[in-house]
Amino acid sequence: MGVKLLLAKAHVEGIKNYDVYRREGGYQSVEKALKTMTPEAVVEEVKKSGLRGRGGAGFPTGMKWSFIAKPEGVPRHLVCNADESEPGTFKDRYLMEHIPHLLIEGLIVSSYALGSNDTYIYIRGEYAWIVDILEKAIAEAHQNGWLGKNILGSGFDCNIHVQRGAGAYICGEETALLESLEGKRGNPRIKPPFPAVKGLWERPTVVNNVESLAAVVPIINMGGEEYAKIGVGRSTGTKLISACGNINKPGVYEIDMTISVEEFIYSDEYCGGIKNGKRLKACIPGGSSVPILPANLLLKTAKGETRYMNYESLSDGGFATGSMMGSGGFIVLDEDQCIVKHTYTLARFYRHESCGQCSPCREGTGWMEKLLLRLDKGEGKMSDIDLLWEIQSKIEGNTICPLGDAAAWPVAAAIRHFRDEFEWHVLHPHEAQVRNFGLAHYADPLQVPAGA
Amino acid sequence: MVQFSEQQMQEFNRLVKRYPEGKQKSALLPVLHLAQESFGGWLSVETMDYVANLLHLEPIEVYEVATFYSMFNTQPVGKYMFEVCQTGPCMLNGSDDIIAYIKEKLGINVGETTPDGMFTLKTVECLGACGYAPMMQLGKHYREHLTKEKVDAIIEECRNNAARNN
Ligand SMILES: Cc1cc2nc3c(=O)[nH]c(=O)nc-3n(C[C@H](O)[C@H](O)[C@H](O)COP(=O)(O)O)c2cc1C
Ligand code: SF4
Ligand code: FES
Repeated sequence: MGVKLLLAKAHVEGIKNYDVYRREGGYQSVEKALKTMTPEAVVEEVKKSGLRGRGGAGFPTGMKWSFIAKPEGVPRHLVCNADESEPGTFKDRYLMEHIPHLLIEGLIVSSYALGSNDTYIYIRGEYAWIVDILEKAIAEAHQNGWLGKNILGSGFDCNIHVQRGAGAYICGEETALLESLEGKRGNPRIKPPFPAVKGLWERPTVVNNVESLAAVVPIINMGGEEYAKIGVGRSTGTKLISACGNINKPGVYEIDMTISVEEFIYSDEYCGGIKNGKRLKACIPGGSSVPILPANLLLKTAKGETRYMNYESLSDGGFATGSMMGSGGFIVLDEDQCIVKHTYTLARFYRHESCGQCSPCREGTGWMEKLLLRLDKGEGKMSDIDLLWEIQSKIEGNTICPLGDAAAWPVAAAIRHFRDEFEWHVLHPHEAQVRNFGLAHYADPLQVPAGA
Repeated sequence: MVQFSEQQMQEFNRLVKRYPEGKQKSALLPVLHLAQESFGGWLSVETMDYVANLLHLEPIEVYEVATFYSMFNTQPVGKYMFEVCQTGPCMLNGSDDIIAYIKEKLGINVGETTPDGMFTLKTVECLGACGYAPMMQLGKHYREHLTKEKVDAIIEECRNNAARNN
């Protein structure tokens, strides 16, 4: 069993309630920070921990915090990003549903570090019942003196508010999120200015993911240096992975980042192997935006080394032969799945979610969806595959926000690694409607499931 | 006429108070949710104008927000809306079959409402339940690990609820 810092107590009976959470050692990090540390010292501990943002980009959290501008007399805000809409990702939901006080505790300490007296949780609109869970936890924290005025006699005031979105993936992008929080359409802003200088209502703002902010609790409790000893290299601490697709045990797992991808997929502690005794075909290891990898490149790097579940190892080989940790949304495809169809559903998703501000993204996502549908239906031409490649390459890097890249990468990777399957759809249009392409050279024929 | 009840007005005031003086526009999304729940599950022009008035906004500021977000319905919907996820991870677990089954059971296509105004079928993109696929949202809650039998039971449950509330 690996180290568990976030979910260790998630299954204690009644942990959603304040009394149980407190009895299990909850809110100690608030006592420690507010009574014995300055805000700067809290930032310093988070820097030492090496914590990297868990929302997808992996930017060091302590460093982000140290950038926040502090103009005289202007309020600052911390905003928690609970928009969680990247296909394959459902870890933040799990944390908030099972152990909501951990997030509230992390938010109080982080608000103290940043000087945020009014902190907002922006949660995707569909998670309506989780709003109730969070509001109850916030009310309990208030009643017990962890929120409100002059918390623990420290002179620090803090309130936390929950804001519901209304169905828009783009509002997970931090500047679109801020627009939405201001009551507008979720159109990403042009940067600079960065939120750390001009964010919510033009005030200095830090936006962090749910999991990043929850991780502040163990960091303060154990100290940044101790936290940094868990994991490997620049992948410190633990990471929540939401695993789904064709596996025996879909769900949310907390891993320390030293385990191999093979162990994660095949051991009974995690995914428990491929469903129905089938073989592994491909996997998107970090949410729908990151490159898909065929089984052989997933389990081993191009150099033939074991691939591990951490930031460095998952991206080993760059986009040519690697992928990314991303949001930790781990999507597994078995031998019966169709790459063209799967890629089509993702292209449809990005077309639906493009805010429409930039033409390469607005037009490109529409074209990619159309071409992929045509190919999937067996109505495509060989030249469509090249056209698809060309369109994705014109989106990347030419847009205001990274959604354009996020839409292009899955299509690029699918063609890069599975071109033969696209071609098969063109060459055998009728057969492609009644059966799937199945496995090919890229599947690992030597893979023996660890538990089998 | 569109008008919040006293209780809804209290909730409105609670929502608006969360933001600093002069930043009431920030309450727009939460208030639109409240309005949609209060006035029949959708936002008519009359409802949007009412919200604009309450928050001291131009009507266009409300319209452009209401049309941007997929959870806001600007057309009437059935009493029960089945919002079935169809994105990759759900597709891998058979969401296409579930959608086809619901269409057949209710005799409607995606985007349509049954003639009795009871059910609307909508497809949606990833709702963050990929590990519990296939799934749908029904009102405030998710229905996960869907099978044909579960779909039958949910339809039954809705019909019973509607009969009881009449
Ligand atoms: C299209 C798009 C969607 C995003 N969705 C999310 C999201 O749902 N949750 C999240 O935490 N970050 C999301 N991000 C990343 C945020 O912009 C931001 O980097 C993150 O919230 C920062 O928090 P972190 O440093 O703690 O990871 C998204 C980015 C893009 C471009
Ligand atoms: S890249 Fe796409 S989603 Fe991002 S701002 Fe441009 S159009 Fe909007
Ligand atoms: S893909 Fe259906 S909930 Fe994520």
